[in-house]
Amino acid sequence: MSEFWRIDLPALAAAALACGLCGFLGNFLVLRRESLLGDAIAHAVLPGIVVGFMIAGTLAALPMLAGALAAALIAAGAIQLVRNLGRIEPGAAMGAVFTIMFAGGVVLLERASLGNAHIDADCVLYGQLEDILWLGAPRVADLPREIWTLAGVLLLSAALAALFAKEVRLALFDPDFAEAIGLRPRWIHAGIIALVAMAAIASFEAVGSILVIAMLICPAAAARLLTDSYRVQLLASTAIAVASAPLGYVLAGFGPGWFGHPWSLSAAGMIACVSGLAVAAAALAGRFARRAAEPSRIVPASA
Amino acid sequence: MNADLLAVLTFTAGYNTAVAMAGCAALGAAGGGVGVFLLLRARAMAADAAGHATLPGIVLAFLLASWVGAEARSLPVLLAGAAVTGALGMALIVAAGRTTRLGADAAIAITLSVSYALGIVLLSYVQTRPDTAQGGLHTFILGQAAALSAWEAIAVGMLAAVAVLVLSLLFRPLTLLCFDADQARSEGWPVAMLDMLLVGLGLAVVLFGLQAVGLVLVVSLLILPAASARFWSGRLVVVFRLAVAFGAGGAWLGAGASALWPRLPTGPSIVLALGGLFIGSLLLAPHRGALAECLRRGGYAWRLRALRAMGQGRRFPGTELFGWTRNGSPTERGRAALARLELWDRCLAEMPEAVPERAAWGIAPVPADAVRMLERFGP
Repeated sequence: MSEFWRIDLPALAAAALACGLCGFLGNFLVLRRESLLGDAIAHAVLPGIVVGFMIAGTLAALPMLAGALAAALIAAGAIQLVRNLGRIEPGAAMGAVFTIMFAGGVVLLERASLGNAHIDADCVLYGQLEDILWLGAPRVADLPREIWTLAGVLLLSAALAALFAKEVRLALFDPDFAEAIGLRPRWIHAGIIALVAMAAIASFEAVGSILVIAMLICPAAAARLLTDSYRVQLLASTAIAVASAPLGYVLAGFGPGWFGHPWSLSAAGMIACVSGLAVAAAALAGRFARRAAEPSRIVPASA
Repeated sequence: MNADLLAVLTFTAGYNTAVAMAGCAALGAAGGGVGVFLLLRARAMAADAAGHATLPGIVLAFLLASWVGAEARSLPVLLAGAAVTGALGMALIVAAGRTTRLGADAAIAITLSVSYALGIVLLSYVQTRPDTAQGGLHTFILGQAAALSAWEAIAVGMLAAVAVLVLSLLFRPLTLLCFDADQARSEGWPVAMLDMLLVGLGLAVVLFGLQAVGLVLVVSLLILPAASARFWSGRLVVVFRLAVAFGAGGAWLGAGASALWPRLPTGPSIVLALGGLFIGSLLLAPHRGALAECLRRGGYAWRLRALRAMGQGRRFPGTELFGWTRNGSPTERGRAALARLELWDRCLAEMPEAVPERAAWGIAPVPADAVRMLERFGP
């Protein structure tokens, strides 16, 4: 029991929070058909993390969040500049900016003497879900720092999404109309980018910076294949994301044990694989559902 | 340090360094050439996804080879596995983009992240096996050019030669494919085959780049030199040659820097060198660069203010310089410029829809049809 409290519960909680957060925010990228922006931000925040860490000297939440925000905004601005001046396709503009920033982050990581803190390239590339421990077990104040950060960013995102629900929805589906009635869809978009960057930072220690992309895009894409309703889309994607966390964690941690092997697999990787399976399942289910719904579409609606 | 620098850059700092640098330069040249066309076809990010999708293939090939008892760390085996899953990833992107309602962007992001996740799960399985020499597998993620052996460098050199040769021979049909696929089809070119060839060459660059640059950043070999070259010219032949040169030069510099300084991983170092070329091009290129654009806009603004001041009879620095005034009174040229500006002002006020979007107001000649219409309607 105490092992569950100290090892499994904090890792599970961090995974579920990270997945829920990314799965929810990813909707706003997938629905705008800008999934690659999630890819770009997840890579581009790396130098922000490292610089924030170098300045603050610790892995405290605030300097890293600030660094990530700065990096994400620089990346967004640079992508726009490259698109306007170079007249190259948006995907390539993102690729140019985020590969340079990610490479810079890796070099900073390797060159800077980061002492004994557990921030290194491996942590960025794979995530270290297994390292999130609740050492002072039943005391709430001793909950791991990652969980507090994740919960904070989640609360902030949920509050902002609830506060600006109407504006966000309008900016997503009819930016021209939103502009015409004075809603500034560009500011809303910048806010979404900022939230995605903070989510990427808060989640990266748990699932790694590349697997963040899976958690941003896969649940939203799966939900998109299943429904046309905005509300259902938001709820379903968050539910899929949160559900894939314990599923992946259990498969990775205990799956090999069912076959009599003593070892365990990468939990972060398995969670992302589960979310990928969710997309595949949704693609199949969506196809059957559409085929079943086909005849009803031909019959004119009797009002 | 300076002697070291010179030695490294002139290939005289030891055999291994020279081999690694030559291999990286060849890789950069191939990436630059192929990248020009991949960028025009908007396939750059799909190549990124294919790069990430090689990870499960590498690990599976390793497991398979050690299961049948072969030499599991042999590079051809690992690259064969990488090629299979990389190509599968590419096919998945095309299929998902075509058959589901997800856009190409979501298909790319899903393929990239999920296949990478699968690779990490497999890697964590390999690491539980005590019996095998699995230490080297994760170097494919961030790359390690020092591990490039002589025959690997020769193989990369051959890839570069073949890629540049094929692209040069098929330059016209490939250009047609990128700009006007229908025209290419009507001229009888096998468009689908050409497209496959381009994707295949891109995949080959990704595969050969895995060892030196690593799968996370290998796509920058395709994107950065081509994007840099785009700033310098509007002609595709020039862009192509520049991209090959930028790719080779940047990769060579990056590999050299990584050989010189300890704890500077090769892959990121090459990307930063290519990135330096890219940022330099973005800022300094003569026509499209940021600096040239700023100067041009500033120059327009200044000349416009000077001309307006002259029209109101005020003195303004610069009118003398542009030959609009001499000793404070307007010259012939100055009066002509002022008349053009007045025509522009009327044109903008009365028929803004006739003004081309990117015209430099007040300085460029007024569009001929607008002048005709203004004259017809009178003052």
